[in-house]
Amino acid sequence: MYVELKNINKSFGDFKASDHVDFQIEKGKLIGLLGPSGSGKTTILRMIAGLEMPDSGDIIIDGTRINDVPANERGIGFVFQNYALFRYMTVFDNIAFGLEIQKKSKKEIKNRVNELIKLIGLEGLEKRYPHQLSGGQKQRVAFARALAPNPHLLLLDEPFAAIDAKVRQELRSWLKEMIERVGITSIFVTHDQEEAIEVADEIIITNHGRVEQKGSPIEIYKNPGTPFVAQFIGQSTIIENYGALKGFEVLKNIEKAVIRPEFISISKKSRLKQYISAAEEGTVEKISFRGSYLEVKVRVKDIILTATRTMEDELIEVGETVSVLIYRLYVFDENKTYLLENNTMEDKNPVFI
Amino acid sequence: MKSKITRIILITVSFIFIGGMLVLPLSSVIVYALRDGIKAYKEAVFDEYTVKALYLTIIATMSAVALNTLFGIFAAWTITKFNFRGKQLLTTLIDIPFAISPVIAGLLFILIFGRVGWAYDFIEKYNIKIVFAIPGIILATIFVTFPFVSREIIPVLNSQGKDEEEAAALMGADGFKIFRKITLPHMKWALLYGVILCTARAMGEFGAVSVLSGHLRGKTNTLPLHVEILYNEFNLTSAFAVSSILVIMAIIILILRNIVEYKGKKAGEL
Repeated sequence: MYVELKNINKSFGDFKASDHVDFQIEKGKLIGLLGPSGSGKTTILRMIAGLEMPDSGDIIIDGTRINDVPANERGIGFVFQNYALFRYMTVFDNIAFGLEIQKKSKKEIKNRVNELIKLIGLEGLEKRYPHQLSGGQKQRVAFARALAPNPHLLLLDEPFAAIDAKVRQELRSWLKEMIERVGITSIFVTHDQEEAIEVADEIIITNHGRVEQKGSPIEIYKNPGTPFVAQFIGQSTIIENYGALKGFEVLKNIEKAVIRPEFISISKKSRLKQYISAAEEGTVEKISFRGSYLEVKVRVKDIILTATRTMEDELIEVGETVSVLIYRLYVFDENKTYLLENNTMEDKNPVFI
Repeated sequence: MKSKITRIILITVSFIFIGGMLVLPLSSVIVYALRDGIKAYKEAVFDEYTVKALYLTIIATMSAVALNTLFGIFAAWTITKFNFRGKQLLTTLIDIPFAISPVIAGLLFILIFGRVGWAYDFIEKYNIKIVFAIPGIILATIFVTFPFVSREIIPVLNSQGKDEEEAAALMGADGFKIFRKITLPHMKWALLYGVILCTARAMGEFGAVSVLSGHLRGKTNTLPLHVEILYNEFNLTSAFAVSSILVIMAIIILILRNIVEYKGKKAGEL
């Protein structure tokens, strides 16, 4: 394992930012630290970087315990949330800063900086100051600056938070590609699950200072390990009396369940051909256009469910009675989640995630 | 329509007030100073004691400004870049000179270094003169002017945040390099502005200095004290002539202040 955190604890006054944090990261992986704000993800990143000290526990990089190694000797590149570019230095000087401190020769610095500027595709902008750059360009410079001294580990704090939606999409794939090309082990922090799922090889989900689950995006999506993850990942609706739904029996002591839109299919009343006995009847409460699909809120036995329909589907209207098929749902108690399949549908699931 | 009338009234009132309260008295200083002709004015201005007073004022001002600039940078840096217990208290303490009357500040030093003061024996032993001597004047000036620099740069440093410094520190830059390359360029206009305000205030300081100086003509007289002495001797023309030096210095500083303010705003600080 390349990066290891062993039983890390950290408090700020009464606030427990890290609560027995324990995980390992393989060399060369791109890891997403995902969690709601205040869940302790940035604290973890800052402790690895050496900007904060853990109260207890070990941080190990490449087999060496680095708790007592000063931040600048850890060989880590850090991209700050708002880039923290040096505003009174040009793009060139920003990227060169770390190399100058390492007392590299002028020629070496020039070569390295030019190489990086080429890599990030900002040739010709070397003499600009940060305020003359767009958000996306600043991000690229921050990335290059962090990479310049050849770090072994790259840490990125909310790398896309300050960029507008359209550029963000583009930058995500750009960053993923760059990191793959450079081949550096990287950890980035985000509160946006879509971002984590799309960019990361592996996701670590944090909540209340604890690590909830670690796994590949698909694993986490398909097998949420804890109730928190089940609710946090995907567009989840929590329902209390799932026993009222056809095909689901209430498990002992388990009252709550999570349903995601992709577990539900809505059909016009007369169009359902299969599983007629398994279908529930529902009333359409609300339809919202989401740009490329429709989000439909449908009431089934006093439970409001959220489902989606494509634009190709036959249009339905608010107030219409429709057939609702629920393929599966997650039920959970305090500690664990279980997947429940609709037992009135004998066939294997026709839907793949 | 109504707002237009309000506007005109407010502007007029402001101008009349400032004109009546500030510009008129200040210009009358110049007029009075020149009342007995240029020759008398020159005599008063180039009088031996006036020149000495001007010299002392410049010495006191420069020492106070230099020390307060250094202290102001340290204080602002400490307050904005570190978290520690008692930070709020320190911030409040810095403002004390704004709240305390300068005369009291002067008396404080008399109580410490004067004949009755607890430090008297000590400084006497090493033959250091503070009360009724130049060090006392400098001390008094420092005391009354020390919040100016830190007050100006604290907000600027606060708004900058710690990110850039942290980024530089992560790359291995030492404290001095961080200060020189990142912090200083960022706060330079605010710093200059603070220095100018501090200078203006230090030059004109009367109360605290008056208590500590002892009014020894040619030795411990600063310009404001010299003006008072001349005035008390009914030497009005000279008093106003010397005052005019202070007024002219103040105007120069005001102009400098405006230039700095303009440049600072353009650079996005202040």
